[in-house]
Amino acid sequence: MSSISLRNVKKSYGNEVVIENLNLEIRDGSFTVLVGPSGCGKSTTLRMITGLETLSGGDIFIDDTRVNDVPPGKRDISMVFQNYALYPTMSVRENIEFGLTNKKIPKEERQRRISDVCEIVGLTEYLDRKPANLSGGQRQRVALARAMVKQPKVFMMDEPLSNLDAKLRTQMRVELINMHKRMGTTFVYVTHDQVEAMSMADDIVLMNQGKIVQQSGPKELYHNPNCIYTAQFVGSPQTNILDGQLPEKMKLGFRPEKVRLHPVEAGINIPASIQTKEMLGSEIIYSLQTPYGVVMCKSEEDMEDAVKVTMGVEFSSMYLFGADTVRLPFDDKARAAVSAVFGGPSK
Amino acid sequence: MKERNKTLDAGLRGLDCVGKLLLILIMAFPFFWMISTAFKTLAETLAFPPTMLPESLQWVNFTDVFKTISVGVYLRNSIIVCVFVVILQYFIIVPAAYSLSKYEFRAKPAFFALVMLGQMIPMQITFLPVYFMFSKMGMMDTYSALILPFISNPFGIFLLRQYFMQVPGEVIEAARLDNASDIKIMFKIMMPMAKSALITLGLLSFISNWNNYFWPLIMTSQEARRTLPIGIALLKDADNLQRWNLIMAGNLLLVLPMLGLYIVASKKIRNAFVYSGIK
Repeated sequence: MSSISLRNVKKSYGNEVVIENLNLEIRDGSFTVLVGPSGCGKSTTLRMITGLETLSGGDIFIDDTRVNDVPPGKRDISMVFQNYALYPTMSVRENIEFGLTNKKIPKEERQRRISDVCEIVGLTEYLDRKPANLSGGQRQRVALARAMVKQPKVFMMDEPLSNLDAKLRTQMRVELINMHKRMGTTFVYVTHDQVEAMSMADDIVLMNQGKIVQQSGPKELYHNPNCIYTAQFVGSPQTNILDGQLPEKMKLGFRPEKVRLHPVEAGINIPASIQTKEMLGSEIIYSLQTPYGVVMCKSEEDMEDAVKVTMGVEFSSMYLFGADTVRLPFDDKARAAVSAVFGGPSK
Repeated sequence: MKERNKTLDAGLRGLDCVGKLLLILIMAFPFFWMISTAFKTLAETLAFPPTMLPESLQWVNFTDVFKTISVGVYLRNSIIVCVFVVILQYFIIVPAAYSLSKYEFRAKPAFFALVMLGQMIPMQITFLPVYFMFSKMGMMDTYSALILPFISNPFGIFLLRQYFMQVPGEVIEAARLDNASDIKIMFKIMMPMAKSALITLGLLSFISNWNNYFWPLIMTSQEARRTLPIGIALLKDADNLQRWNLIMAGNLLLVLPMLGLYIVASKKIRNAFVYSGIK
């Protein structure tokens, strides 16, 4: 188990600055997920922690030891790659054993660890196969076993589930959570998929353009976004933002699941008409045309298509953002301003 | 209309077939003629009109070759030279191809251009300075003079570089995280992955050195260091009547080991040009 600390980390390729000044603390034993859109610097950050990428500035500490100049193999880190990166000419056993042999671990100990790990991930009967003769899911397990068997201080994963089909991905998510609980090691996981991040992490680091936008637990990230970017990144459909009505270029945000298809008492009520209706099974997604633009709504209520409704959102479900998109407190003054513009509570 | 198309198709296919057969015949006939002549009597080789197949198989031609020249010495020399060239060249081309494919360094394009230049400059331009160098170093008539000039093989570096470039970077990164050194990555990961290419390169370089006539001719003057092609050439008698049956028997002896090698490794050679990782 180990904590990781990135201090004033910079990364540039030639003149292109990818990460300007990154400060990040990863708690000992946490399951931390770095999430963000493609090119936001999350994979680069992970690769800098592993040592596969050099730093252009700043320091990285693992357990208070500065590791800037420590080669990847000596950092006591394991990594699972997106494409698994198995050694194609080696059998499953040799793939798993390679790291242990390089660490000069005695043969008996190696055999014991391999059989333990293979038991856990269910690979025992495939030990003598070559990776080419395994399915995608089995290759994924070999990659996990290869990482686990080294008993590392830190376990890194770079989009490890993105090559699996939807069903297997859901199953592997549960297995990874269990694995983290069992190993108790620090997990650092990179993904662009907010569902993966929300379902597995106990700490989420949301990144954009090489910067950390918000770092918090999944619940906090969802219910308490610190800016429009976070509010819209997490959740599907994304948070509604009404822009252009409030004074001082303030913006009003609320999640689709908080939109009611009937008037509410402590909130705003806006006339709307249902434009489209997507049946998802347990819930329905409506797009509503309002005088202030299109608003998405997620509801269990089954309404007819193309009917006129009064759309209601309670004050307690609203987020207020400033002109710079940063979250503002939703105080009495804000409530009055919102009521004045969008029409107050229903009488 | 459909009938006419069918007839046209069949005609084209026939023409295609005849063309291919003709090509095969052009390629294979000299080989066939060599084998046929190797088993004829001297009188039959000179007979007109020539016979396609020998009247009776003259195995004695082969024993005559052994009696005329020191096949044993030449064969030993050829094997020593070829084996050492093949082994030593791996020590040059594998690290060179690895660094040119998987490392970023400032002078990389310049080094690669240098390698390619080595491939492009014909031997006729370089042999004289190399000859003088070896001569001044007193290395004429040594195995080194026959081996050292061929251990760096630009085509080998190029082929292996292309092959290594197809290996995903993550595989090497995974090995780094597994605490493997560059040497270990090269030997344990890259070389097994490039097995077909390495076998092909070995084979190509073995064959080209086995058949090399010019270089051993200028670098050796003693019988003890001469290779098989020079020995076979000694069967030609400039002053007297050419004993074509012996010359062809000698050539057959020269070419048979290579033919055997090719048949054994032909599948690997075809695979060498295709990357076979995990899909």
